[in-house]
Amino acid sequence: MRYTPHTPADQERMLRAIGIASVSDLFQHIPQSLRERAKINLPDGLTELAVRRRLAALAAQNVSVADWSFFLGGGIYNHFIPSAVDATISRSEFATSYTPYQPEVSQGTLQALFEYQTLICQLTGMEVSNAAVYDGASAAAEAVLMARRIQPASRRRVLVSRALHPQYRAVIATYLRNLVDIELEEIPFDGTGGTDLAALAKRINDQSMCVLVGYPNFFGVIEDLAQIKSACARVGAQLVSVTTEPLALALLKPPGEFAVDIAVGEGQSLGVPMSLGGPAFGFFACQKKFVRNMPGRLVGATVDSDGRRGFVLTLATREQHIRREKATSNICTSQTLCALAATVYMSLLGKSGIRRIAEINLARAHDANRQLIGQGNLSSVFSGPFFNEFVLRGEDLPQQIGRCAEEKIVPGVRLDRWYPELRDCLLTCVTEMNEREEIDRLVRIFAG
Amino acid sequence: MSESSQDNKASRVAEPKLLFESSSAGRSAVVWPAEEARGDEALPAALLRDDIAGFPELGELEVLRHFTRLSQRNFAIESQFYPLGSCTMKYNPKVNEVVARLPGFAQIHPLAAVDLLQGALALLYDLEKMLAEISGMDQVSLQPSAGAQGELTGLMLIRAGLTDRGDPRQKIIVPDTAHGTNPASSTLCGYDVIQISSNERGVIDVAAVAEVMDPSVAAIMITNPNTLGLFETNIQAIADLVHGRGGMVYLDGANLNALMGIAKPGHMGVDVLHLNLHKTFSTPHGGGGPGAGPVAVNAELRDYLPVPRVIKNGGRFELSEDAPKSVGRVRSDFGNFGVLVRAYTYILSLGGDGLEEVSRMALLNANYIRKKLETSYQIAYDEPCMHECIFTDRIQHRSGVSTLDIAKRLLDYGYHPPTIYFPLVVSGALMIEPTETETPETLDGFIEAMLAIAQEAKSDPELVKQAPHSTPVRRLDEARAARKPMLRWEPDAVSGDK
Repeated sequence: MRYTPHTPADQERMLRAIGIASVSDLFQHIPQSLRERAKINLPDGLTELAVRRRLAALAAQNVSVADWSFFLGGGIYNHFIPSAVDATISRSEFATSYTPYQPEVSQGTLQALFEYQTLICQLTGMEVSNAAVYDGASAAAEAVLMARRIQPASRRRVLVSRALHPQYRAVIATYLRNLVDIELEEIPFDGTGGTDLAALAKRINDQSMCVLVGYPNFFGVIEDLAQIKSACARVGAQLVSVTTEPLALALLKPPGEFAVDIAVGEGQSLGVPMSLGGPAFGFFACQKKFVRNMPGRLVGATVDSDGRRGFVLTLATREQHIRREKATSNICTSQTLCALAATVYMSLLGKSGIRRIAEINLARAHDANRQLIGQGNLSSVFSGPFFNEFVLRGEDLPQQIGRCAEEKIVPGVRLDRWYPELRDCLLTCVTEMNEREEIDRLVRIFAG
Repeated sequence: MSESSQDNKASRVAEPKLLFESSSAGRSAVVWPAEEARGDEALPAALLRDDIAGFPELGELEVLRHFTRLSQRNFAIESQFYPLGSCTMKYNPKVNEVVARLPGFAQIHPLAAVDLLQGALALLYDLEKMLAEISGMDQVSLQPSAGAQGELTGLMLIRAGLTDRGDPRQKIIVPDTAHGTNPASSTLCGYDVIQISSNERGVIDVAAVAEVMDPSVAAIMITNPNTLGLFETNIQAIADLVHGRGGMVYLDGANLNALMGIAKPGHMGVDVLHLNLHKTFSTPHGGGGPGAGPVAVNAELRDYLPVPRVIKNGGRFELSEDAPKSVGRVRSDFGNFGVLVRAYTYILSLGGDGLEEVSRMALLNANYIRKKLETSYQIAYDEPCMHECIFTDRIQHRSGVSTLDIAKRLLDYGYHPPTIYFPLVVSGALMIEPTETETPETLDGFIEAMLAIAQEAKSDPELVKQAPHSTPVRRLDEARAARKPMLRWEPDAVSGDK
């Protein structure tokens, strides 16, 4: 068989050594009533050639960014990935290794994760980062659970900005549904596209556990973290910043500069292919004083018995394999290889490169925004500052999107599926992958 | 192996620097045309940060050399045998990697219109059906990112189902042999945990369940085969009892590699289970993920599965959020799609008969090792084992050699150790799962090493207790790491004593 190397002679030798006549003798203790119905009714296996043809045919039924122009963000972004990223994570020494529980033979993964933690701290301006969680949405949910461990039982109201990614809000609601002590409350957005600060001031009080806002938020708007933090600080609520586009943090004041308590987000932009939204990774950083309340794996530096520097998984007493029902999280297998991709990506771009790419995103997005407003009845919806995404309103949107499709362009995503109040609104994203010429075509189509 | 030659080797290979220790101001591996406008003028200066202090500044070759050198400090399946119990470290086929990187899979956007994603949705739809067939369950959700998130999702489904019956209940029964994720997931889902003991044969007695199965219990979580590598022979009777008293049965499918084509969880009275695609279905472990942990349910629980769902409308695939009873979303988008593509490729490659052969050869390999080692190492339970076998350090302990020492000594022989000190009910457990992709020659090499270590434990216990001797670093001071956590690089803060 394909991946089982046993020849008939091998099997015979092994059966003889065990002292049985057939492989079936190994599971005669399983009830007959189960065995007799166990046959798997799937077609026979295919050759590698046939499998590749089948999968290539399926892939060809999808439209990728190699086929069309995409101005589509909303949590997953089309960015350039240097060739050295995939070359590194394709190395079998990384891809086919296990969770580094045996540090003597896992220093490669462990040191890379230590470097990852450092890079995330630098990017977010936070003091500590874990070694990544599943995705941005579950990272946001885990941040709420972490705040619940830190805050007293008298504080169980969670305030979530309505301008936070709708899928993230949905995942938070799913995670909290069965924890009866917690109450979720949504804070509206205002004309800036940012969280309504007046509404926040009114609803926040000494029962508030934490506040979650996007940075930038789902509309691409850069929230006023300083104001939001001071509202939190007045009543003792924790502030969680949630970033879906971490490239923005190369240019914007990082969450750490606003004394955010927990900074989480989706890491896909940092060198991970879009791949229909997964696998990528969630980043998770916080202030140092909360480190023992963190979920997920942490890598720490130490020395070996000869005094050489080495790295280990540490503070494991928070984790499920030690603490079981008292663990800070149930996370076990996470997204290490994607975190490694981000580590390589950030290393390649470096200090100047990551800022330059962020600047190009900002410049092209603002340029496209300026050109689009006024074309074909398009208007701006929000007044707040934005990074590489913005919201447009247009009464002729359905026809315009149709015309874009004819020219193989996806101009953005309509917002009414999540925000009925934002009828005829389009969230458009422009990255370094969208050449000037593409932007010009987009503008032309909207102009009619 | 000679100690002095090892010392020489260690002194020749320099300790790798950290990225941050190799930087030179102004270096970058990515160049972008300078003629583009500076974008930062588009925003007020008050919103902007300075350059990221401490961020690396390296050239492309330096970055590659850095990570290549790091990679050489890892064990991995393609260089070493990983007989790692409960983790199913089988070969990760290359064709899976090739197809997952096709632009039509790797470069597609989750918010694109469904008409642009027909191939991806067809794949998801098919994979759900395949996993339902393999597990004997009614319907599958591919959304959970890993096994633990699958557990959490499964428990949410149970809670939703029982709540609809008008009797939500508040406790979960978890055997003492369970993975730590089982009780942790229960707590996360708002349940209290009741732990029960397995019997002297390593399996759960119906009576042990009957004793605690009262009207406050929502479900029992069972791993089958359990973490001792033993088939839970009473599972159907336990399921009948739990169902009779108004509860449900959750199956931890981490060990499905033992069961394909041999027994289906759906026939055992299981209401919901999760599968680990990075174990049974050959997707790479990646040094700790990404994985995927789909959940499979019986007919009663299908209405509660996460949204969105892929549905087939005529010949067209669509997404539906129209599921009022759904527990909602557990993560963004569609799950770890790239991992799902790999698992789908694996299943297509092997087919139904091939998957059955996988489980049969996994059992053969495990029982072969068990037989060959049973006179030198104490067997934990003298029962027929499935895909993994458990030994203890009882014999070696007489000369002061522990399971940890045996594990570390195996590193010197070039083998990744088995899972150690788990399950917790076995003192000094060594849990060996060879998987089906290893040849008997590889097993013989490992067996020889284990026998040599058993001999060394008697003749030269210090050699074993000081192991490893040949690895890039030796035993690490984990207590120091936890006492004074250093979790990131800071200038002059992170270096060894030398």
